[in-house]
Amino acid sequence: MMKVHESTKKEPLIHLTKRDAISWQKSILIRAAAIICALLFAAILITLLSKENPLNVYKSMFLGAFGSERRIWNLINDTCILLGISLAVTPAFRMKFWNCGAEGQTLIGALTAAACMYLFGDKLPLPAFFAVMTVACIVTSAIWALIPAIFKAFFNTNETLFTLMMNYIAIQLIMYFLKLWGKNGSGVLDRMPEYRFPIVGNQFLLAIITILVLTVLLYIYLRYSKQGYEISVVGESENTAKYIGINVKKVIIRTMIISGAICGLVGLLLVANGSCTVSTTLVGGQGFTAIMVSWLAKFNPLYMILSSLLIVFLGKGASQITTDFRVDSSIGDIITGIILLFIIGCEFFIHYKVHFRKKTKEEE
Amino acid sequence: MFKKLLALALVAIMCVSIFACTPPEDELKGMSEAPMPAATITKDFEIDADFKLGVICLHDEQSTYDLNFLNAVYAVQEAFGLSNSQVIVKTMIGEDDTCYQAAADLVDQGCTLVFANSFGHESFMIQAAKEFPEVQFCHATGTQAAAENLPNYHNAFASIYEGRYLAGIAAGMKLNEMIEAGKFTAEEAKIGYVGAFTYAEVISGYTSFYLGAKSVCPTVTMDVQFTGSWFDITEESNAAKALIARGCKLISQHADSMGAPSACEEAGIPNVSYNGSTYQTCKNSFIVSSRIDWAPYFAYIIKCVNTDAAIDTNWCGGIKEGSVALTGINLDVAAEGTVEAIKAAIEKFKAGTLNVFDTNNFTVNNGTKPTSHQVGGVEVIENGIFKESKVQSAPYFDLRIDGINLLNEEYGE
Repeated sequence: MMKVHESTKKEPLIHLTKRDAISWQKSILIRAAAIICALLFAAILITLLSKENPLNVYKSMFLGAFGSERRIWNLINDTCILLGISLAVTPAFRMKFWNCGAEGQTLIGALTAAACMYLFGDKLPLPAFFAVMTVACIVTSAIWALIPAIFKAFFNTNETLFTLMMNYIAIQLIMYFLKLWGKNGSGVLDRMPEYRFPIVGNQFLLAIITILVLTVLLYIYLRYSKQGYEISVVGESENTAKYIGINVKKVIIRTMIISGAICGLVGLLLVANGSCTVSTTLVGGQGFTAIMVSWLAKFNPLYMILSSLLIVFLGKGASQITTDFRVDSSIGDIITGIILLFIIGCEFFIHYKVHFRKKTKEEE
Repeated sequence: MFKKLLALALVAIMCVSIFACTPPEDELKGMSEAPMPAATITKDFEIDADFKLGVICLHDEQSTYDLNFLNAVYAVQEAFGLSNSQVIVKTMIGEDDTCYQAAADLVDQGCTLVFANSFGHESFMIQAAKEFPEVQFCHATGTQAAAENLPNYHNAFASIYEGRYLAGIAAGMKLNEMIEAGKFTAEEAKIGYVGAFTYAEVISGYTSFYLGAKSVCPTVTMDVQFTGSWFDITEESNAAKALIARGCKLISQHADSMGAPSACEEAGIPNVSYNGSTYQTCKNSFIVSSRIDWAPYFAYIIKCVNTDAAIDTNWCGGIKEGSVALTGINLDVAAEGTVEAIKAAIEKFKAGTLNVFDTNNFTVNNGTKPTSHQVGGVEVIENGIFKESKVQSAPYFDLRIDGINLLNEEYGE
């Protein structure tokens, strides 16, 4: 009975097999094809929605990111900021600790920097002040990340919800202090440029160099250090980790402190090497975008340079489209969404091979 | 099959009931003409072919606040015959270093005049003004131009408290109508107000609105609920709902989203809006909206830059300049005679016989008449009148007057 059934069973129209390995040339080819498909598909939508020539739209996107020396520096700087936050979430992600609190952790760092400037900027000589501010930012953000880590390690609470909620607390804290410090209850704290980090080369370079050094360090830490290996083992299987004598609680706590500390550093750079003040929108959702950057790069810090560059480029391009064509800002966001969807989608074709049913006559 | 029929029948009933609630379009009286004519923008000077204006906005068209600026700048662009490449608009620019970068980018593109629309942009505009002395920087709602004393940095506002007062008259008359109809007693006449921050601009706004309403409905009181944010659809909607639950019979707001107007439309409570008409989506609750028309200011600064004239450090436009504007009045909701009453008040403003902050009309601290108030060392109460926008263009009236009850000055629940 079974045999009859099997022989009459039709092969499905499409079936998938997992690829063993794929040559890097082929994987680049698939990715390039995905980007071309995305651009073509988005072009059709642009024509339908905005009646603009898609080539002009793409040109505007490109110029929005690379159109002038200042724009290029802005692109690199913003890429580094996003990269920094993405670096922060990565160690936790490799441990399968879903830290969705990078937004809040970075904001706390930024708030600490602004608080240092506001409260005792004039009470210390500048070099000492910079040192104190840097340490303070790293410590407060690390503590902000440590809280959910302790609850996860000892009470096994859900880290996703916990870290998400911590974001809201961070935002409310900033609102509270802005109300306290802002002039006349306007909720705005003016710039305090006298406590800005010194300009190294140009206004961006200090942040760019810091983040790039950090990227290399984190790559080495995750890849070659014993602690990095422990993170991977805990991520693969907690039981295995316990079996081989890794103190899982310790690894969770230590890794989240690193996550928080990096966020604190980025928050510091945002304030002391940029805005010189803090607002609830200073991080602007990059704490969440960082999750995508990290995933897109498969948690590899070096690939994350590319994925954060891609996302910042798309963002800059999208806002240039809005300016140049006076279209709704959602058009730019739609294009960004399509391109990202195709890029993420093509990973599927890199990992799986698609087989179509061959037309065979003997199969009745 | 029965279930399908039932579902169909329910859908049919729902459709009918939706139409039953709103009167058919052709039975609506709709909006009146605006009670004062819109500002006329005339070009009586030459504009350089390579002149460029850069405009920085906090949000985009989704925010009524920003939409009001965008409409104004596009109107002036058209009246002056400027091309799209001469008016460069950057939206969604945050109140942080992005603002400075946007301003610098606009200068790179050849703009000789850069405008920013949000209060928090100010210190970044000053930063840019110091770096690019050959470019003029204009900032709406700011307060620091006089103190900074830069030749190329300027603040601007409008005497919008006059517009709020006019809108308040419409609110008071609506309350009177509802009292006469027996819906509630004169003592129960209470307005709810959704405010952003306990900031002078907001306080000046709700106080003038309240005084306008009180001028026609003497028993009116007002509850103010703050959101602690300039733009938060959910919070503004929740604040409006909370005020309605507290017994407020009419709602107005100084916050930039559609949160409060939509909540009023849902609850069937009349609403006096701000920054522009919400008539299209709130036909059964919208009465009138006051707003600042920024077109006269854009026209003024473009003219200054092209004729090498100096721009005022503190510019405050009024009814005369066309900077204070009212939308048409929704005749289906507003009380009878509202249009005429507002027009009469406008004439009084023009003649200078009506003053919003006349200390004969309000008291502070349970019955005290204020006699002195200093702003930056300057006395602003003259001959019994609190002179708003005299020392600086941005409002500074921040007295807590009797009759207005602030529910959450600390922005909590």
